[in-house]
Amino acid sequence: MYEGAIQDLIDELGRLPGVGPKSAQRIAFHILSADPADVGRLATALRKVKELVRFCTTCYNVAESEQCRICRDPRRTEESICVVEEPKDVVAIERTGEFRGKYHVLGGAINPLEGIGPDNLRIRELLARLGTGAVKELILATDPNTEGEATATYLALMVKPMGIDVSRLASGLPVGGDLEYADEITLGRAFEGRRAV
Amino acid sequence: MYVRRVELINFRSYERVEVDLDPGPSVLVGRNGVGKTNLVEALGYVATLDSHRVATDVPLVRAGAASAVVRCAIVHDGRELLVELEIVPGRANRARLGRSPVRRPREILGALRMVLFAPEDLELVRGDPDQRRRYLDDLLVARLPRFAGVRADYDRVVKQRNALLRTAYLSRKVGGTRSQDMSTLAVWDTHLARHGAELLAGRLELVAALGPHVAKAYDAVAAGRGAAAIAYAARLGDGLTPDRPALEQALLDRLAERRVAEIERGTTLVGPHRDDLALTLGDLPVKGYASHGESWSVALALRLAAYDLLRADGIEPVLVLDDVFAELDTGRRERLAELVSGSAQLLVTCAVPEDVPAALRGARYDVTPGEVHRAPAA
Repeated sequence: MYEGAIQDLIDELGRLPGVGPKSAQRIAFHILSADPADVGRLATALRKVKELVRFCTTCYNVAESEQCRICRDPRRTEESICVVEEPKDVVAIERTGEFRGKYHVLGGAINPLEGIGPDNLRIRELLARLGTGAVKELILATDPNTEGEATATYLALMVKPMGIDVSRLASGLPVGGDLEYADEITLGRAFEGRRAV
Repeated sequence: MYVRRVELINFRSYERVEVDLDPGPSVLVGRNGVGKTNLVEALGYVATLDSHRVATDVPLVRAGAASAVVRCAIVHDGRELLVELEIVPGRANRARLGRSPVRRPREILGALRMVLFAPEDLELVRGDPDQRRRYLDDLLVARLPRFAGVRADYDRVVKQRNALLRTAYLSRKVGGTRSQDMSTLAVWDTHLARHGAELLAGRLELVAALGPHVAKAYDAVAAGRGAAAIAYAARLGDGLTPDRPALEQALLDRLAERRVAEIERGTTLVGPHRDDLALTLGDLPVKGYASHGESWSVALALRLAAYDLLRADGIEPVLVLDDVFAELDTGRRERLAELVSGSAQLLVTCAVPEDVPAALRGARYDVTPGEVHRAPAA
């Protein structure tokens, strides 16, 4: 145990995800020995993130104003919406450059074990967006695990009767890798989901 | 496939021991309690990442040591592969394949394939249905690794669905009705039926393939009172065929029928997680009717059948028979020897070497507390 401020810092850092007691200590001493200007910038960044960042009122992605950058972009089509669990999934899909529609961030997935049902997600807000008639296509890009699949099925059941095309991202082999290195579960699923060429 | 060399450090009673093994039969001889089973348990751990004797890793590590290491050189198709596993109780195990560490210990599964029969296997016959479901599912995964995913998905869906039913049950008890919860139940139903049908079909196909092997093995090791048979006992009813779409529909129908009961009980009552493997001798169920000797023979037959089936698939696992021959009379010993002769590698443990038929007496190892020595060839 250290005294006062340094131990406070170690304790706070240790609360962060992925940071154990040893790393917390290392980071704390790094900060202690760093240039005051650098530490000042870090402190400002931490404060600003809580003060300035809000959630987009349309898609619930992180934003710095009423609407996020993507929802404000007039070049993007209103006709298709891609549904994801978290803001970081938006960033991942944006990196592909493939998708020119808009997003909807649910804020998680249906997970009864953690007490999360459709009420706790932004599903009502999604249905309201779809109700305007402008949207033709819904792409379900929730995680390919049990909870993500259940959420996708739930949304498909709700949305299909509205006459909107609903699709689910494919799952299979990573591109650029070697077949031999794929684990047997992924490879087995890719086999099941094979398509004609 | 065979294990050419095994090295244990701080595993159970062994501080450090190295044993060189040959293909074909080997016999580990020693008094009770000297550590014969510890040696095969270590190999079993490398094969399945699990002990057949204990549920936690703590007893596997020698008192006073922080971790145990099991190192094996496995020869498969003329190539040697080095597998190393460090068992650290309460933390993630560490594994190496060849000389390089792997990201997850799971990646060493398949490097050593092994079928182990041990006295604990009597539970396969006498224990609860979950023992027999585990036997089937483990074998299913050994034949078709894809089923590891199916099994994990199915278990997860049942867990989530149970959590949902429990909340519904609790909110009913306090008088409220939450229709919102119930709207997602339909979603979990479709997933339960989809993964459940997949698992069910896999098990049905497996039981059909396994049946003749069980009958043959039991015939060899039992004193010959009636034939042993296995049948998949599904809650959905008899006469199921491994037709996935039909099974999926049958599960959905049954879920609809049992909806009220499920909400009343707050748990999932439909699906392959409640099925069993029915074991019969002649016309009678084994459980409750068979003698100790018969039950034991059925358990042995189940393991031998698994071994036979894997061999028929072209997988040549290592076979381990822990403390088997003492329970058999001379005639049955000879028949068992005939059944398992030609194994790529067979490891037999016993207290009295004369119990092992001459045909299986390969290299002999004397096991004393903390030590294993190869006996000079006679």
